[in-house]
Amino acid sequence: MPTQAEARGLIQERLGVAASGEGNLLLIEIAPERWLELGRFAKDTLGCLYMSFLSAVDWKEQGLEIVARVENLDANFAVFMKAKLGAGETRCASLAPVWHGANWMERECFDMFGVRFEGHPDLRRILLPHDWEGHPLLKSYAVDTPHPPYR
Amino acid sequence: MEIKAPTPQIPPAVWTEFKDLQEWEKLHQTRQEGDKHSALFETVEEGIFNFPGGFVVTTLADNFLNWARKSSVWPVTFGLACCAIEMMVTFASRFDVERLGMVPFASPRHSDLMIVSGTVTIKMAPMLKRIYDQMPDPKWAVSMGSCANSGGPFRHGYHVVKGVDRVIPVDVYVPGCPPPPDSLMFGLLKLQEQISHFRKTGQRPAPSEKSD
Repeated sequence: MPTQAEARGLIQERLGVAASGEGNLLLIEIAPERWLELGRFAKDTLGCLYMSFLSAVDWKEQGLEIVARVENLDANFAVFMKAKLGAGETRCASLAPVWHGANWMERECFDMFGVRFEGHPDLRRILLPHDWEGHPLLKSYAVDTPHPPYR
Repeated sequence: MEIKAPTPQIPPAVWTEFKDLQEWEKLHQTRQEGDKHSALFETVEEGIFNFPGGFVVTTLADNFLNWARKSSVWPVTFGLACCAIEMMVTFASRFDVERLGMVPFASPRHSDLMIVSGTVTIKMAPMLKRIYDQMPDPKWAVSMGSCANSGGPFRHGYHVVKGVDRVIPVDVYVPGCPPPPDSLMFGLLKLQEQISHFRKTGQRPAPSEKSD
């Protein structure tokens, strides 16, 4: 099992990207095509067995950014993964085959941001009603979007 | 001969069958507001009232029925959010609304009052209306807390009904976030006062200085 310093070296060596972040936080920004590769690497090689959360950020015209945090609880470090999908892009690889904990996180992310996770076993809404239109945490979603008959 | 395995038939989830609820709501929308008794009852009552001296009978009957109604208001146990904690305290021994004749009852079919205690989301609103529709007439509703009154701090959220009065008619609004038990008890006492003005036709009185 790699320590935090060894993990930084492994990331630079195997993936060819530098991990920023201080101390026990390893911050990795990666292209969306390598999202699943990074997930498998983080679990198998770095030993990050614990899926903390997965969510998205809406950067308006720059498009969506997927963020996820996974942790190695034994070696006490966390890997924070980021991938900018690009403007207008809503498709992303699913991490549900890697971590089961990502399943509902990605359903929530689909519910709120409309990100289509490819390879997800059961991608449907989790919090909002199934006849809901739109994805409310997008910046383009108007706050006062009417939802008959109750408002 | 090739034998195919039967494809499993999975029944749909209960909450996807919205057909029944929509029919129920349509039925409820066609009813007139204030239709609390049958038409026959109203005409009989009206006849007695118009008979010389008959108003004494109807007034006495009214007073007796209203006394009975306001002395046994059973709220349905319906907690939505943090206001429900304060509601439970009100029902518990320290504040003890049971001395006012209020027994928190776990069935809407035996209850007279619904205390909407908490944020009503758009997803919850059909279920709330369904529970309200299951209560027998005459029935009352108390909106408890800012969220149920107007949406409160979550008014600008995308998922919140901006006041429960957009779903069901409300008799008493209790402000606060959440209202302490004494506020809720004050609201319940106001409701009892309002019930004591309940008219013989079963219609609610016009808002007055005294009761509203």
